[in-house]
Amino acid sequence: MDISNFLAAVLTLGIFSFLYKDNPVYRACEAIFVGVSAGYWAIVFFFDNLQKKFWEGVFPPDGSAGDHLLWFGAILGVLMLFRLSSKIGWIARWPLAFIVGATAGLYMITYFVSNAMNQVADTMLSLIVVNDVTGSIIWTQTIGALVVAVGVISGLVYFFFSKEHKGVFGATAKVGIWFLMITFGASFGYTVMSRMSLLIGRMSFLFRDWLGLIG
Amino acid sequence: MRREVPLIITSIAGLVFAISFFIPLLGDAQNRFSDWVSIVQSFAVWLGLLNLTKVSLEKITRKREGWQYAILTVVSLVIMLAIGMFDGFSGLAQDPPVSYREPGTNFDWMFRYVYTPLTSTMFAMLAFFVASASYRAFRARNFEATLLLVAGFFVMGGRVPLFDLLIRWFTDYPLFNQFADWIMTYPNTAGQRAIMIGIALGIMSSSLRIILGIERSHVGGQ
Repeated sequence: MDISNFLAAVLTLGIFSFLYKDNPVYRACEAIFVGVSAGYWAIVFFFDNLQKKFWEGVFPPDGSAGDHLLWFGAILGVLMLFRLSSKIGWIARWPLAFIVGATAGLYMITYFVSNAMNQVADTMLSLIVVNDVTGSIIWTQTIGALVVAVGVISGLVYFFFSKEHKGVFGATAKVGIWFLMITFGASFGYTVMSRMSLLIGRMSFLFRDWLGLIG
Repeated sequence: MRREVPLIITSIAGLVFAISFFIPLLGDAQNRFSDWVSIVQSFAVWLGLLNLTKVSLEKITRKREGWQYAILTVVSLVIMLAIGMFDGFSGLAQDPPVSYREPGTNFDWMFRYVYTPLTSTMFAMLAFFVASASYRAFRARNFEATLLLVAGFFVMGGRVPLFDLLIRWFTDYPLFNQFADWIMTYPNTAGQRAIMIGIALGIMSSSLRIILGIERSHVGGQ
């Protein structure tokens, strides 16, 4: 018997045992999951970021001049570890403040460009789509463009809470809710399908790779 | 000192990185920032790991409820770290260096046969909970809930061959698949776009509040 597949199957069944009820086998697998995940990501970040980006950046293996500004990031990182101390844990707020501030500054502009301006630009297109060769209207794409324009405008009206949703404004917001419900339904459907494909993957592992019952 | 200094750091960092978009001389600031963030992120991950170890060891020494499981957590953590460190440094010592994630390393074995089964089974198990949640969410109580139901039904039905096989008795046209594609391309795009624009505006206002020092929760304020 392949010991690797056997171990993977035991861990898989251990997690699935929760479907019956909470039990010691599940909790043991869960504890192993926490430990292994923490260890995995610590190693990945250590070698991919600290070793490759910081250490090889400051001391390049080819002997060229190092980028000593990277030390600033390392100092901030070390200050973050002070969080473990109850007496001087407040120092950890400094690197946190830097990260929060820099992220706020960057996101304020990048989100404005990518999520607001680009999305608005992609919506403000011709509502009537014409075939370049024949000059006739392509009805499927025209209806689609209309649906997108109406959906975006009504959806944004729904998110505008500074005015009471009454009259024409309220009716538009109502249409916005319909579009949002379709979006949530589609997203939910997609999530269900992705979880189902993971489940099929695990079942396939158990019955094909481990037990060899299916070809 | 404990709150003012972090607030000043926040404002300066925020202003520098926001302004760097408009002043080409500061253009390198964005790349520099991403390098620093990567490094700080790594320390943050190790901070989490040290904290997990501290909490688990406290649980074991004080014999709190479930302390036996904490032993498993610490042992599996130490094993994964030891294997990763050994494979990482021995790989670096080789010429040319070999990645610790190369197929055949012990770390890769742990990833394939311990980490992956646990992770994917955890998420696969959500299929059962999502199924029960969808039963509640997809009940057609009113028009809005019916729209949710119809969109979810066609998106799910359009992604599996069964539904289009069943309607072959009536037509060869892949109705489910085509309608699912139409929903995803047009009404779903419209809704997603409205949400994305809303999120962008929300992030902009939150960012401004942080940079101006109105929002202080990250430095322990209200």
